[in-house]
Amino acid sequence: MRQAQYKIEEETIKIKLPEELDHSNSTDIRKEIDATIYSGKVKNVEFDFSETSFMDSSGIGMIMGRYRLVNPLGGKVALLGVKGNIGRIIKLSGLHKIVGESEEK
Amino acid sequence: MRDILKMEILSRPENEGFARASVAAFVARLNPTLEEINDIKTAVSEAVTNSVVHGYENGEGTIFMEIVIEDKVVHIKIADEGMGIDDVERAREPLFTTKPEEERSGMGFTFMEIFMDRLEVESAKGKGTSVHMVKKIGGGK
Repeated sequence: MRQAQYKIEEETIKIKLPEELDHSNSTDIRKEIDATIYSGKVKNVEFDFSETSFMDSSGIGMIMGRYRLVNPLGGKVALLGVKGNIGRIIKLSGLHKIVGESEEK
Repeated sequence: MRDILKMEILSRPENEGFARASVAAFVARLNPTLEEINDIKTAVSEAVTNSVVHGYENGEGTIFMEIVIEDKVVHIKIADEGMGIDDVERAREPLFTTKPEEERSGMGFTFMEIFMDRLEVESAKGKGTSVHMVKKIGGGK
């Protein structure tokens, strides 16, 4: 399966998420993001769901955790390309109320 | 029509995706909608992840899966012989988690409940946990 891809632009780390986001890969993604935040290079996190078709509660926990990490630093979390099943999971969890969501990509 | 799929898998994170894909493939014969298939995949993923993360605490163990199709109804049983749950009622509450440091969202049982028609959880301390979920395909939920 395709791995997550990371790109840093100014103060934002942009993550193109894999096709499926679950417990098996969310820990590695978390570590990768946190390393760049702790290094002081970035404070904003942008998750790109445009090529992702599945996410469960492990993904919710991972996104929520990044929000808790960057919020005190004045950073933001954004979700891009959210659609279908993933949009439903995000709404049910209440995540859309605390992080920015955009259909566009 | 009646049919059964039985599987035993090791409690490895890599098997979470395999488990939900297998159940989705088995249920495909009922011509479920994309939404119904996603509901089932999510519920299976949550139950298997619970066994991996909580039941066996990321160690090795066996997860037992039994999927029964009866006409348009799918019964899914996912069981482990892990540590069991102290308080099932509390574990089922939204946002409750025993592992906040691992960033578990506490939404696992909530998603199983929302996406399936019925959810029963049986657990005994030190003996394991068994989750039984039912969903009617074409039921409009």
